[in-house]
Amino acid sequence: MDSQKSGQTDRRDFFRKALAVIIGGIAGIVPAIAGLRTFLDPLKHKSDVAPSGVPLIQVTTLDALPNDGVPRKFPVLANKTDAWNKYVNVPIGAVYLRRTPDDKVEALNVVCPHAGCFVDFVAEKGNFLCPCHNSLFTMDGKLADAKSPSPRALDSLKVEVKDGVVSVAFQNFEAGRPDRVPVS
Amino acid sequence: MKAIIDWVDSRTGVKKLTHEALYERVPGGARWRYVWGSTLTFAIAVQFITGIFLWMGYAPSGQTAWESVNFIQNETTGGWLLRGLHHYTAQIMTVLLILHLMQVVIDGAYKAPREVNFWFGILLLQLVLGLSLTGYLLPWDQKGFWATKVATNITGIVPGIGRDLQRVIIGGADYGHHTLTRFFALHAGVLPGALIALLVAHIYLFRKHGLKAKEPVKGPDVAFWPDQVLKDAVACLAVLAAVLFLILRHKMFGGHGPVGAELGAPADPSEPYSAARPDWYFLFLFQFLKFFPGETEIWGAIVIPSLAMGVIFLMPFIGKWKLGHRFNIGFLFAILIGAGFLTYLAMAEDKNNATYQVAVKEAEADAERVKVLATALGVPNGGAVLLLRNDPLTQGPKLFAKNCANCHRFDGNDGMGNQPKNSQSASDLKGFGSREWITGLLDPEKIATTNYFGGTKLKDGKMVKFVKKNMPDYTPDQKAQLKKVIAALSAEAGLKAQGALDAQDTAMINEGRTLLKEAMKCTDCHQFRAKDEEATAPNLTGYGSREWLMKFLNNPGHPDFYGKKNDRMPAFGEKQILSEQQIGLIVDWLRGDWFEPLVQVKQ
Repeated sequence: MDSQKSGQTDRRDFFRKALAVIIGGIAGIVPAIAGLRTFLDPLKHKSDVAPSGVPLIQVTTLDALPNDGVPRKFPVLANKTDAWNKYVNVPIGAVYLRRTPDDKVEALNVVCPHAGCFVDFVAEKGNFLCPCHNSLFTMDGKLADAKSPSPRALDSLKVEVKDGVVSVAFQNFEAGRPDRVPVS
Repeated sequence: MKAIIDWVDSRTGVKKLTHEALYERVPGGARWRYVWGSTLTFAIAVQFITGIFLWMGYAPSGQTAWESVNFIQNETTGGWLLRGLHHYTAQIMTVLLILHLMQVVIDGAYKAPREVNFWFGILLLQLVLGLSLTGYLLPWDQKGFWATKVATNITGIVPGIGRDLQRVIIGGADYGHHTLTRFFALHAGVLPGALIALLVAHIYLFRKHGLKAKEPVKGPDVAFWPDQVLKDAVACLAVLAAVLFLILRHKMFGGHGPVGAELGAPADPSEPYSAARPDWYFLFLFQFLKFFPGETEIWGAIVIPSLAMGVIFLMPFIGKWKLGHRFNIGFLFAILIGAGFLTYLAMAEDKNNATYQVAVKEAEADAERVKVLATALGVPNGGAVLLLRNDPLTQGPKLFAKNCANCHRFDGNDGMGNQPKNSQSASDLKGFGSREWITGLLDPEKIATTNYFGGTKLKDGKMVKFVKKNMPDYTPDQKAQLKKVIAALSAEAGLKAQGALDAQDTAMINEGRTLLKEAMKCTDCHQFRAKDEEATAPNLTGYGSREWLMKFLNNPGHPDFYGKKNDRMPAFGEKQILSEQQIGLIVDWLRGDWFEPLVQVKQ
């Protein structure tokens, strides 16, 4: 009789404990989930590259690009959305443009694929040097040094020259990996 | 598992701590009346969690505060829920504070040896009110801006240091970036830090002295775990449910209002806001101030509230006297009933205050409009306030009411939906330039009514005579011609709402243009698409177009318009009564030309 009674009390006790934990847990977890949902919002807005491809952006004129084969740096202007602000025609990056001996134009994104610093063109040596970790690239953007910290060459971009206007399909690629993956 | 727990325990003593926390003695058994402290701790935890996540999206400055809050509320996943939780938990916390205080006073839990803990509790109450006050400003919307302005002006009347104190609080002579950075640092740093310190001390002392049981006890003592914990958990869940209800009530039960916390239009120091009120729990103070005119304000704002607080602080001593405990209970209830009554008075007054009701409606319309604009157009660098300042739909009616509605009407009112004091003495401009409006103008029954020329000296002019004399006898053929002329004249305005119709009726409009010059004889007095030095009536070229109206408002007495026959209408531009931008806003609004997002049209 006694053991049955205490068994019942035990069960009731367990039931109350379980209920307290569950109810308290629900009350506590709701605000945490609400917060995390908002916090993780950036993961929801990964944009895919438009099906029409990367848009061409006018960067400069062919006249502004000397025929000496030396790269020149140009800012890339476009519309930009930063959270609630929408900006019209602001710098979104920069490119090195170079006229090759066969009179083609090559474009390189100025961002070092290692950690994302802007690389400098060193005129005396005729190569690109990243000021952050000394990644070295040749004038056409290839890795100049087998021990370079950069996992890949500078990112070349598609160029179109039409009626003397140079346009570039400007794109950033994720840093720190050997393959080129567009930042989305 | 056990080995790990033992390892941790031997180094931290966590087992003993947990045991102490869970097996606190509850004299006389678990009771519902003991839950208030736990629900408050829960509410504070919710505020810390939601507050930190809100912090991750908030940017305190005059040009980003409203913008970032709007972005959280309307563009971020679940932002409305997060902000709603923070907003309404703050409100419920005020209620819980009062309930907790009542329970402590009624049960005599403030008496020795718990005096210090009672004071800690009162300080905590002040901190929470401080958090509410600072938090109210952070969204930088009209309501928070103007209400907080009033609150900080009150600190200015503190004798001696008041003005300096106010300057320090708002970070300068006027409201701006530094007001927000300071309020935010207080709201998210100083006050919560102090709150945690005091809360730890409060709970420590509570544990030290044990729970003050309500006499007579109902049963044997039990441990805190699980009976009281279960009751506390249920109460916390009920608090959460109440908060969720407040967030979702308009969604669930229909009705008028936002889902989640309200967000008004962005703060604009140049835009007076008659709907400014503090949050409901400060309404009694707001109302109380109305009884203290002029110089006596300090009594209502500072002296009397401080004295009342002082009495509450002294309750542990007062309670020692024979009737002291009863006095304390009576005093607390008197304050609560008084505050409740003042709150009721404030609400009742507002309910019967037409000006206030109009201001609230206007504020809601502005809030809704700026949300649409911010989402569709993005926020310019100068902040979202520019979206409203440059929006014809928002500014047009306001400018019309102020500058035009003394004589004119818009759909029978002043453009804002109110009836102006002066009776109508010039045309009703709703749909000006549209076919419907011109049809009325050329209707012998209507042209001499106040909706057209009836209220002006032009009621005896040539135009009225011409319409009244000729048009009643028009043959069906002439009536058909008139219709074409009306279409042609209306097409000059190029109204957005009539765009499709105008495009469809090109042939009719072309015909109408010829008829206007020939059969209808309009060009006997008016110019139309040809220079005529002898014209004596307003130029009909581009009649009702943006350019035409801009020039007209600039100076209606220009020879191109009424010339010397102009009645009372001022040269708004030339006399610099309105800026070109303001005239443009009125014109765009009259012409129904403002930004409409595509989604809105679809609805």
